[in-house]
Amino acid sequence: MEQTQYLIVGSSHAALEAITAIRMHDGEGSITLVTRDPHLPYSPTVLPYVVSGRSAPDNIALRDAAFFEQNRVGYRPGVAVTRLDTTRKVAELADGSAIGYAKVVLATGASPAIPPIPGLDQVSYHVLRTLDDATRLREAMQRSRQAVVLGAGLVGMHAAENLVKAGANVTIVEMGPHLTSGYFDQTAAGLIEQAFVENGAKIRTRSRVVGLAPEGGEIVVALEGGDTLRADLLLVATGVRPELDYLDGSGVATDRGILVDDTMRTNVEGVWAAGDCAQARSFYGDEPVMNAILPDATVQGRIAGMAMAGDPGLKPYAGGVPLNTYHFFGRHAISVGSSAVPEGAQERVRFDPASGRHLKLIMKDGRLLGIYGVNEFFDAGVMAQLIQRRTDLSAVQDRLFEQPLTVGRELMSQIWR
Amino acid sequence: MGRSFNTIAFDPSKCDGCGDCMRACASVKYDSEDTSRSLIQILGRETDKGSAFELALCRQCGDPKCTTVCPAGALTKNGESGVIEWDGSKCVDCLLCTIGCSYAGIALDETTGRVSKCDTCAGNPACVPACPHGALRYVTTSNIYNEVGDWEDLFAPGLAGCQGCNTELLMRHTLRRVGPDTVLATPPGCVPGMGSVGFNGTTGTKVPVFHPLLTNTAAMLAGIKRQYKRVGREITALAIAGDGGASDVGFQSLSGAAERGEQMLFMVVDNEGYMNTGMQRSSCTPYGAWTSTTPVGKSSDGSHLSQGKTQDAKNLPLIMVNHRCAYVATASTAYMEDLYEKLDKAIQASKTGFAYLHVYSPCTTGWRFPTDQNMEVARKAVETNFVMLWEYTPDTGVHFTRPVDKPLPVTDYLKAMGRFRHLSPEQIEHIQKKVEENRRIVERLAENAHAA
Ligand SMILES: Cc1cc2nc3c(=O)[nH]c(=O)nc-3n(C[C@H](O)[C@H](O)[C@H](O)COP(=O)(O)OP(=O)(O)OC[C@H]3O[C@@H](n4cnc5c(N)ncnc54)[C@H](O)[C@@H]3O)c2cc1C
Repeated sequence: MEQTQYLIVGSSHAALEAITAIRMHDGEGSITLVTRDPHLPYSPTVLPYVVSGRSAPDNIALRDAAFFEQNRVGYRPGVAVTRLDTTRKVAELADGSAIGYAKVVLATGASPAIPPIPGLDQVSYHVLRTLDDATRLREAMQRSRQAVVLGAGLVGMHAAENLVKAGANVTIVEMGPHLTSGYFDQTAAGLIEQAFVENGAKIRTRSRVVGLAPEGGEIVVALEGGDTLRADLLLVATGVRPELDYLDGSGVATDRGILVDDTMRTNVEGVWAAGDCAQARSFYGDEPVMNAILPDATVQGRIAGMAMAGDPGLKPYAGGVPLNTYHFFGRHAISVGSSAVPEGAQERVRFDPASGRHLKLIMKDGRLLGIYGVNEFFDAGVMAQLIQRRTDLSAVQDRLFEQPLTVGRELMSQIWR
Repeated sequence: MGRSFNTIAFDPSKCDGCGDCMRACASVKYDSEDTSRSLIQILGRETDKGSAFELALCRQCGDPKCTTVCPAGALTKNGESGVIEWDGSKCVDCLLCTIGCSYAGIALDETTGRVSKCDTCAGNPACVPACPHGALRYVTTSNIYNEVGDWEDLFAPGLAGCQGCNTELLMRHTLRRVGPDTVLATPPGCVPGMGSVGFNGTTGTKVPVFHPLLTNTAAMLAGIKRQYKRVGREITALAIAGDGGASDVGFQSLSGAAERGEQMLFMVVDNEGYMNTGMQRSSCTPYGAWTSTTPVGKSSDGSHLSQGKTQDAKNLPLIMVNHRCAYVATASTAYMEDLYEKLDKAIQASKTGFAYLHVYSPCTTGWRFPTDQNMEVARKAVETNFVMLWEYTPDTGVHFTRPVDKPLPVTDYLKAMGRFRHLSPEQIEHIQKKVEENRRIVERLAENAHAA
């Protein structure tokens, strides 16, 4: 049986950062990467652009074969880990082979969560998480005249925009009260909705799909309350669930995701986890959270790699801060930090309907908790630092609210240049 | 071997916010007058002491975050230039890179709707020459390290120096530059203590090395050089000596060799005392400094109080100027480009005459500062004019190579280390006066050089 010092499961952001971190400290230890995906590493985040045709599938690789060669990583694409035996320290693979490891990082990310809608198993539908999903969706999109998107999270909205631009009539069905909740507030969601509606999409919030059925090559979508929609293309984008199936019987503790400490270590010796599959500390509270975003996957992957290699430079994970950017119909939205407004916090909002500029700041005790903008650019990385450093902004908060871009840069240059 | 890269450095104390750098950038990059499009952003801010200026610019980070959060593989660090390159054909305008950057180094250009960042104009940044105040500098010191890294290291791997000592750096750089056709003299002091003379019957260098007495280094080296000349072999005769070996008992032979114009390069590593043997004073120890022979505190019978050295340091490099050597210079490891230029000139001068290079070498053990502060202390010495960087040749006279326009108060230097901790206000005043006096002397020499 093949034996490796460091086993990396997955080939996306968290996995790649772990490799970089290991090789910064340990130039020699053997590394093997096993991934279910058959393609060179790519990011799920780029897939909407593959669907739209903006990014060619062969031009999105995060690393090339030379990267694995230079870092002396055994690269095994196209084979999933099916079982992890943590007692023998062996990973069993889908092709029947097995790999023994000294240390393993689970960076298996997430997969689309499929809601339990009656009839869903009778119809053919699309999801968007892998390159193959994207290629299939792109093909189907060219022929679609009537598309239904379930879920108005960022994945659904990205795909819906592509469908609109490809000429389909698109209806977005969302259970919640507004779009992109979790990242953007009602005003922002209103602006996003307006852009979609202006471009011909229909949006049904507070709306639940109760049944699906095939009919004459189309899909009949039954909504609560009696309405029905017809679709020649159905995209299910109702959230994600972490990839954990292979952990059955492994003893690795999970809750919603794989539970990790501040060095991304699981409860089992020799096993770390990072990225969308991990449940880790939140920056804002004690409860561990699923912060399934790309920047956090890289941070966690880096920490896991350092911890596995025993790098003494390791700083414990400070906790996940929600961060996102969203580009829609030529406009952009940026969200940094928590959208919750705790006791004693102030919310400051300004909105200029003419320009569509919207800005919201949440402050508590002179500290920034969150900042959100639509069409109002500020440096998200600088704001994230102000939040994470808990910088006292009492003296500048009015100016920060007026001019987040310049005042943020001033503070950056004074505090951590 | 990892590479070192060039960088754009900003000195906010010299900036007056004129915006010329931003105009130059916007114009070169976009043919635009809109400074908001400039990739270097200067931000003004009011403080109690007037306006202050801040900078937002891509740092071309060594371990960049923007590249790791890009989902499209559109940002990569170029391993040759160090520049983080943006590939517009791959970028999907998602702005995630702006989340990754803590320095506002990559930002949205509202005109194009795409991100933009500094690419250092392919190694010739337009903002730097546009700055009328010298607040922007394109630091190319990296070239030295990259180039030197490719030359053979002529010192033994691993040295027995104190942690945080810069003498290893000096020895390795100097020997790499001088090259293998060298005979090296290292009189008693830190340099042989660190291993130049070797261990267990082998030398610590890959060139012939010998260990003269403190007193006769220059004399022995002169003889060896002459013998090589006699047999027709071209070598560089190099001494690396401490300040004690050069300015105290070794001075007679040094002065003699300089006066005779012996063809050698005599480098003094001046750590201002006999640090190797227990930190005794030398004639290069500055006024007020604690050493083990210029103690601080009451005498045992309580009759008098010692406050460190009571005499001023001898200015050895100026004395060497008065020998009219082929080349004399002072240098500091905090200014490596300057040091290298001088090393090159000294090597050249040693082929026909006596070349003298005086390098200030802060001593973490003897001067009492944390081991990670060597370069900072060396830099502060220059920024306060405690140490001045100049060079001399008989043709061009003395001139400053790194003049300091607005010197910091000498206390900024003194407080960086423990050996001056006990100083009284009067002693500090004395040192400040000496700094100014020394400066006037060198200035006068430099003026005379220009007049001639
Ligand atoms: C359409 C879309 C848009 C998005 N947009 C954004 C955005 O704008 N901003 C943002 O921050 N995030 C966004 N995300 C989320 C972001 O892509 C993820 O947070 C990020 O990719 C997580 O990285 P990861 O390495 O943890 O896991 P993943 O990227 O999910 O990668 C998991 C890896 O594990 C492999 N794998 C899974 N199971 C196994 C197994 N059993 N054996 C072996 N290998 C396995 C997979 O093949 C894959 O290589 C988006 C996601 C999607 C789908």
